[in-house]
Amino acid sequence: MNRPELQAMGERERERQQSYRCRLLCCASTPCLSSGATAVIEALKQFVKEQELDADVLVTATGCMGPCSRGPLVTVQTRDLEDVVYEHVTPELARDIALAHAAPEPRALERNLLAADSPFFAKQKKVVLSNSGLIDPERLECYVARGGYGALANALREMTPVEVCEAITRSGLRGRGGAGYPTGLKWDLVRKAPGTRKFVIANGDEGDPGAYMDRTLMESDPHRVLEGMAIAGYAVGAEQGYIYVRGEYPIAAKRLENAIRMAERRGLLGGRVLDSSFSFRIDIRIGAGAFVCGEETALMASVMGRRGQPSPRPPYPAQSGLWGMPTLINNVETFGNIAPIIDNGAEWYAAIGTDKSKGTKIFALAGTVATTGLIEVPMGISLREIIFDIGGGIPNGRAFKAAQTGGPSGGCIPAEHLDTPVDYDSLRRLGSIMGSGGLVVMDDTSCMPDVAKFFMEFCMDESCGKCVPCRVGTVQLHRLLEHITNGSATPRDMETLEELCVMMQETSLCGLGQSAPNPLLSTLRYFREEYQAHILERTCPAGKCTMDHVPPLEQGAELQRRSRSTTSDSEVS
Amino acid sequence: MTQLVTGKKTRFATAWLGGCSGCHMSLLDLDERLIELFQAADLLYSPIADIKEFPRQVDVTLVEGAVANVDHLELARQIRERSHIVVSFGDCAVTGNVTSLRNRLEVDDLLSMVYREGPGREPRGREGDGILPALIPRVLPLHQVIAVDAFIPGCPPDPDTIWEAVSALLHGAPVRLKQEMRYFG
Amino acid sequence: MSVVTLHINDELVSARSDQKLLEVIREQGIDIPTLCHLEGVSDLGGCRLCLVEVQGSSKLLAACVTPVQEGMSVYTHSERLVRYRRMILELLLSERTHTCAVCVTNGHCELQYEAAELGVDHVRYEYLAPQLHLDASHARFTLDHNRCILCQRCVRVCDEVEGAHTLDIMGRGANGRVITGLNRPWGECVSCTSCGKCVQVCPTGALFFKGSSVGEMEKRHAFLSWILNGRERKEWQW
Repeated sequence: MNRPELQAMGERERERQQSYRCRLLCCASTPCLSSGATAVIEALKQFVKEQELDADVLVTATGCMGPCSRGPLVTVQTRDLEDVVYEHVTPELARDIALAHAAPEPRALERNLLAADSPFFAKQKKVVLSNSGLIDPERLECYVARGGYGALANALREMTPVEVCEAITRSGLRGRGGAGYPTGLKWDLVRKAPGTRKFVIANGDEGDPGAYMDRTLMESDPHRVLEGMAIAGYAVGAEQGYIYVRGEYPIAAKRLENAIRMAERRGLLGGRVLDSSFSFRIDIRIGAGAFVCGEETALMASVMGRRGQPSPRPPYPAQSGLWGMPTLINNVETFGNIAPIIDNGAEWYAAIGTDKSKGTKIFALAGTVATTGLIEVPMGISLREIIFDIGGGIPNGRAFKAAQTGGPSGGCIPAEHLDTPVDYDSLRRLGSIMGSGGLVVMDDTSCMPDVAKFFMEFCMDESCGKCVPCRVGTVQLHRLLEHITNGSATPRDMETLEELCVMMQETSLCGLGQSAPNPLLSTLRYFREEYQAHILERTCPAGKCTMDHVPPLEQGAELQRRSRSTTSDSEVS
Repeated sequence: MTQLVTGKKTRFATAWLGGCSGCHMSLLDLDERLIELFQAADLLYSPIADIKEFPRQVDVTLVEGAVANVDHLELARQIRERSHIVVSFGDCAVTGNVTSLRNRLEVDDLLSMVYREGPGREPRGREGDGILPALIPRVLPLHQVIAVDAFIPGCPPDPDTIWEAVSALLHGAPVRLKQEMRYFG
Repeated sequence: MSVVTLHINDELVSARSDQKLLEVIREQGIDIPTLCHLEGVSDLGGCRLCLVEVQGSSKLLAACVTPVQEGMSVYTHSERLVRYRRMILELLLSERTHTCAVCVTNGHCELQYEAAELGVDHVRYEYLAPQLHLDASHARFTLDHNRCILCQRCVRVCDEVEGAHTLDIMGRGANGRVITGLNRPWGECVSCTSCGKCVQVCPTGALFFKGSSVGEMEKRHAFLSWILNGRERKEWQW
């Protein structure tokens, strides 16, 4: 396929879509599927068949639309009517929706409507997710109809690899995996690295609790990721790419595999891409359930079939990565930004966001917030806008307590910092990180030492065990937090805890261990009085912890008290 | 801790928690240095002397053994309250050592294995009642129960090591053991 | 091979450009503790005892895996480093059941030695006392998980020098275990050549010759350089 053929393909698909009077788009991403989207899609298809509306009504299974806690979601595009979104759709409701919209005089239902102008949608800016929820991820034509692979065609025809790297650098894009390393700089390092064979890897081993940005992108718009990777391959001089998908994401893997096959069949990937001299193959590697494989050196070990554990850097992957060759490794979401940058220009992209954090960021909004789901916002938006406008605030009349960003490597941000702009550097100053995009909202029933314990347990379970500070340090920190939350801690435990946190940050081999104490340290920073209440007064202010143990020295009295109560029990019986 | 300097004798005690008494045997192995020790110190409490109550205002207490039962807890509390300097004396006090090898077992399973199902005559009634002090769930090194000021490792500590530490303490100096005296085991 | 110059503890030294920091530091007669490093096998960077401060780097670097660089300025014994090394030892001692008094390598153990050397006179962390077993199915050797510090010396020597790769690591984090033959009893592993290299390189009492009693198991890893030098210089005719 060449460029005119690509354009023709898009034109044909657009015409096809416009020929329908009404298009019913049903979200078929994991959250909606788990709340019953399959039955909804079936009901709609059944309806169309029964009513013989095949030529007028199109039912499409799409990717994610955003407000996941309100799923299953159905968007209806009707000629001469505004687009509307329905929430909590059941098969029965689906038939009613179809009946109303496919009628000769179409109208929208009054029930289960999600207002299009609601702050949930109005405050978002969709760049990476611009196709998500609007296209069928299993059909290449749908992607091409929305301009897909145009950026790749453009780059191959009009730009040199140097120019592509420059464009990415000018856009100000930073790595979306969490660390925020400038993407253009990384591409240029790999481009300049000596070596005849180079590799591109997309990191889709998303693992933060409650986070599903990468999964959604891979499920909803797989070609977007592939196109970004192919452009990267062209820019750095690689002919082989790997996309590393977390083992728990079977739908994402299936859709990616399908997308790769489609793209290869049409000459958009594989040998001589778009009739140019550039070849690029992409293979999928499936993870086996280790969080640490999201760390780049561990991920590469896993791709090579070795035990997934990190190795010390330097050398960095850009110098010596897969099988010792220069390797570019970016997050899936980072690759999702590439095509829009090439399409619209670096300057357009750089105009979005803040001075040092450009563009948009996808967040998985979770926890105690009225609407949870997947959102894409411009960098620099305040946490307050995300939680109270987009998310609709805290339900059940409770008060906001903290927002956790960055998962087990991040931290908790308290109410007094709600107006902080969300960007890489502001969050870091608050003792948290942007991370890959997990955002967990907590109300005043959350106990902060308990929250810290949750994340420490996660890190303890996921530590690979290669280096001592992380392997044993996470276990010891978890023990100390257990003592604090069950009432057996002493003031001395606090000193041990804080010293160990700093030691782990400075001595651990990889990012997992270095950042594992972050949730603990950030809750200590903002909620120290809660820790002190647990230790000095032996009470849990949030009322969450059982506090049914005693410090070691008081065990004697406790044992006696217990044995007295059991003796008196047995006497009664 | 300026007793020696002012000519007053150091008020000295040793205690025995969960251990084999080997550390006390090694203390007795100080041989003629014992004379020097007791010229500088009065022994106020020790398993080698029949004194029932832990005295008040002790300058230095050496504690052998790990904390394994409720009696140990009580004695440890008294020792800390009534001693100026508390020293973990030997590996059991310092690390839990052999005494703590039972930590992988539940107390009840342990009692069953050793007493209820073990060899010998079956004990009458509930063995804990008023006779044996109740075992605490996990054997702990002394410093995890009370604050400890100095540590003498070794199983048992060598008499030279003990003397190095004790003579420093008698002079009011901090315990700084040479490397070869710092070995566990 | 080109030569680079660098500062170690403010002393100007020169080194071959392919050397690792640890080697250069030790050549200067500076004593820097290690547990996972072993002359003759590849480096892991896991025990973190050889961490050093390198000026201009915000992170502490493991000397065993860090290549020397022209103009580097390295500090090996800052207050912070010495404190961290001690904490690492404490963590290791708390992780499994290292009851030195009843160990076959008592008095010949590298973990015990480093603890004494670094002045670890007590462990502030809770002893984890995990329930671990002991594999005595091999005719000549025993593997006691209770004393293992997961340094992987045995795994590397078995793979890289003996070429058998009978040993490996299973599980992750604190649940990691040295396994034999894809987690079969050692005695049933046909890949094991019974060469005993793993026993000799093990820094603790985790691997020992059957029949050794408390304090009787002395380790000798000098054989490794003898084998490797012999291979390199082709001193052997068979």
